[in-house]
Amino acid sequence: MCLAIPGKIVELMSSGDQESAMVEVVGVRRKIDVGLLSEDRPVPGDWVLIHVGFAMSKISEADAADQMRTLRMLGEVEGAMQEVQGYGLDSDRDDAPAEYTAPPITKAIQ
Amino acid sequence: MRFVDEFRKPELISKAAEEIRRLAGTDRHYRMMEVCGGHTHAIYRFGLKDILPENIELIHGPGCPVCVLPMGRIDDGLSIAKDPNVIFAAFGDMMRVPGTLGSPLEHKARGMDVRIVYSPSDALKLARLNPDRHVLFFAIGFETTAPSTALTILRAKAEGIHNFTVFCNHVTIIPAIRAILDSPDMRLDAFIGPGHVSTVIGCRPYEWIAKDAGKPIAVSGFEPLDMLQSIVMLLHQLKNGEAKVENQYKRVVPWEGNRAALKAMGEVFQLRPYFEWRGLGFISQSALRLRDSYAEFDAEQRFEVPGIRVTDPRAAQCGEVLKGVLKPHQCKLFGRECTPEHPVGALMVSSEGSCAAYFNYEHRKTALTQLSVA
Amino acid sequence: MRFLETNSPVTTGARSVSIRFRDLQIEMAHGAGGKAGRRLVEGLFAPLLYGNSPGPLGDAGIVDLGGTQVAITTDSFVVKPVSFPGGSIGELAINGTVNDLAVSGAKAEVLVVTFVLEAGLPSSVLEAEVRAMAKAAQAAGVRIAGGDTKVVEHGKADQMYISTTGIGRLIQGITIDPASVRPGDKILLSGPIGDHGITILLARGELDMEADLRSDTRSVLPMIEALAQAAATGIRWMRDPTRGGVATSLNELARDCGLGIVLQEERIPVHDAVRGACELLGLDPLHIANEGQFLAVVAPEYADVAMNALSLVPGGEAAQIIGEVREQPAGSVLITTSYGGSRIIDMLVGDPLPRIC
Repeated sequence: MCLAIPGKIVELMSSGDQESAMVEVVGVRRKIDVGLLSEDRPVPGDWVLIHVGFAMSKISEADAADQMRTLRMLGEVEGAMQEVQGYGLDSDRDDAPAEYTAPPITKAIQ
Repeated sequence: MRFVDEFRKPELISKAAEEIRRLAGTDRHYRMMEVCGGHTHAIYRFGLKDILPENIELIHGPGCPVCVLPMGRIDDGLSIAKDPNVIFAAFGDMMRVPGTLGSPLEHKARGMDVRIVYSPSDALKLARLNPDRHVLFFAIGFETTAPSTALTILRAKAEGIHNFTVFCNHVTIIPAIRAILDSPDMRLDAFIGPGHVSTVIGCRPYEWIAKDAGKPIAVSGFEPLDMLQSIVMLLHQLKNGEAKVENQYKRVVPWEGNRAALKAMGEVFQLRPYFEWRGLGFISQSALRLRDSYAEFDAEQRFEVPGIRVTDPRAAQCGEVLKGVLKPHQCKLFGRECTPEHPVGALMVSSEGSCAAYFNYEHRKTALTQLSVA
Repeated sequence: MRFLETNSPVTTGARSVSIRFRDLQIEMAHGAGGKAGRRLVEGLFAPLLYGNSPGPLGDAGIVDLGGTQVAITTDSFVVKPVSFPGGSIGELAINGTVNDLAVSGAKAEVLVVTFVLEAGLPSSVLEAEVRAMAKAAQAAGVRIAGGDTKVVEHGKADQMYISTTGIGRLIQGITIDPASVRPGDKILLSGPIGDHGITILLARGELDMEADLRSDTRSVLPMIEALAQAAATGIRWMRDPTRGGVATSLNELARDCGLGIVLQEERIPVHDAVRGACELLGLDPLHIANEGQFLAVVAPEYADVAMNALSLVPGGEAAQIIGEVREQPAGSVLITTSYGGSRIIDMLVGDPLPRIC
C-alpha cells in the first residue's frame, strides 16, 4: 500500500480514453497511468508520485524546498535561545518571572 | 534520485536525531504508532530505531494489507483459479502468502496459471492479450491502491472487456485506527500517519483522532528525514499538550485528498457492512466491494466463492502484536514455529508485517557499540 | 551447485544417512539460490552424494589427480529470454563456469557442454548461441572438448537449457578456505551489482519499463589472476554472487566461518538505472543476480595492494572495499548507513519478489 516513488513526466501519451505518460526515474523509463490526476493534469517536466503504475499526486518542488529549509534549521533556533538564557538575564534574579518560557518561534517555521 | 536522496542526507538525519533527543528529554516515555506497513518497512530499512533515543518507542500498526487478509480469502481466490481457463494475477506481495493448500507460488508449481503483476493495468492487459482465458485480479491494498483498481475497472467497462474480474480485498484505514484506539489495552501517545493513503483521502479523515481521542497525528512521508521530522512535530505537540493533525508530507499530500481518485472509488466501490481482519476480527464498514452496476467485474458475483473461514491457531498472538500490545518477539511462536519461511500468523507472511520485519532486520542484531568501518 | 572441498576420493556412505530435506515437492524457490536451495543441497544431495560429513560447500570441487590439484565444476543455464542486452545464454554458460572455477582459485582450461533443446527451436537461434559460446570461450581462454545434445518435446524446455562442466588447475598461491577468515579482513566487491538480474527482468517485457542497462556477463578470471599476482596469500575466500545476489553469498560466508560481516551501504556500487528499477519495484540490489562480479575476503594488510591490482585490469576500476569481517553479529550480515542506522541483510527464501507495500 505504501511503496510509491517520485518520477519525472517526460512524455504524455493518450490513445482514446487512456491517459498514459512516460516517467523517468534515474534513467529508468516506465509507462504509467495518469488517470487519477485528471483534475490537475501533469505536463512533461512535472514530478509525480507513482504507485502500482499510477500517478497518485504531483510533487510540489516548493513544499519540498520548504521542508529542506526547516530540516536544515532544526535545533538552530533552540541553540540560539539556550545561549541567550546562559547570559543570566532572567530567572536568576529575584524579580524575574517564576518560569521562563520560550516564545513559540519554532512552531512558526514549520 | 530526486525527492528521495535529499531526504536521506546523513548530516540532516543526525541533526534531526539530535533534535529529537533534545525534545524527548529523559523524564517521559513516548509511545508512537506508525500505522502503515510501509513505515514499518522504512523504520527497519533505514535502521531508524538505532538513532532514536530509548524513551521513544515505535509501535507497529495494522496497516499491512497482506497481513490483515484472512487466510480464507486467499483460499477463496485460489479456488476460483482452479479452473484451468483462469489466470490468477496478483502483486508480488501475495505470492508467498500461504492459503490452506499452499501459497499462490506453490499452486503455480502444481500447474495453476499464476502471474505476478506490478499494476492492476497489467492484469487488464493480460485479459486483452488472452481473450480466450479469464483473468482474475486478486486485489489488495488500502485506499492508496483502491483508486487504481477502480480506474482499471472503469477502463475495462469502457473497452467492453468481458474476461476480467477483480477479487476485491481492499480495506480502509480509518476503521483500523479506530479499532486500535478502542482497544482497552491500548496505550499510545501519538500517531505517525500513513502518507500515501493520505494522497487519496487527504488529512481530514484523521481529525477525530486529534479532537475526540486527543492524540496528535503527523501525516508522514517515508524517507528517513520525513519520519524523523514527523517525530519532531509529534514531540512538540505532546510537550505543549496539543492534539492536532499535521501534514508533514506536504510536498505530496493535499489536505483535501485527490478528488479524481475518490470519485473513481465512489463510482466503482461501496463499503461492505463488515469484513474480517486477520488478527483484529470483524470490523464494520472497513472494506470495499464492487457496486452492483459493476457486477460483471466482481469475481464474487461471477463465480461460486466457497466463503471459507480459517481461524488462526490460538497460540498465534497476532491480534495483540497488531494492536501494539505485544512486541513481535514476545509472541510465543515467534522465531520458533512461526518464521518468514513457514509463517503461522498474519504478521509473518508479508515482509513488512511487524513480525517478519523484526525477524529479518532486527532480531539477530546484537548490541554493536561502534560501527565505524575504515 | 555447491561442491565438497576434499582431496580424498569421494565415497558415498549411503547406508545410514538421514535426509533432512522435508519439502514435499520441488518449487521454483529451490532453484533460486537462497535458503530453499541450500536446504535442498545440504539436506538431500550432500548426505546422499557427498559422504557423511560435507563440510563447507564451495563453487567447485577440488580433487587431487595423481599429485596435481584440479578444480572441477558444473553449472546449468536456464534463462528467459535467451538473448538480452549485454549477452545471451551461450555467453552465460561459458562465463558462469569459468567464473565458478576462478573464484575457487582455478584457471579454467577445458569445458564440455550439454544442450537440452526444445523441438521447434529455430536453428538460427541455436547457431547464434553457439557462436556466442565460441566467442566467449576464446575470450576466456578455454577449450571446448566436447558435449552432448538432447532434444525434448515442444514445451518441455524454454527454447534451450545449456549445461557446462569445466576443469582447471589451481592458481599458484591461492587457498580458499572460509575457516581462514578472521575479524578485520576486508570484503572486496569487483563492481556494480544488480545489472544482470534487472536486465533480464526488463528484457522479459512484462513490465512497461525500459532502461539503458546491460547484463554484466564476463569472465572474472583476469581480475582474479591480477589479484592472485599481487596478493595471493592474502585471499581467504571468494565467490561469484549469481542467483541470490551479494546477500546470499555473504550470508553463506558468515554461516561457514561463524563470524559477522558488516557492510557500509554507501560503499556498495550500484548503477543508477538498477537503483531506479529496484526502487520502482520494491527490490533490493543486494538480492539481485550478477554474472560478471566476484566477492573476495582479503587480509587487511593486503587490501590496498589488492585494490590497486584490480584498478589496473580493464573492468576492475569499479571495485570497492564494501565492508569487513567482525566477531559480531556472528553468522549474520549487517549493513550500516552513514548516519548510524543498521539492519540485518538476510538470504532470500526464493526469487526476489517485487512488492507494492
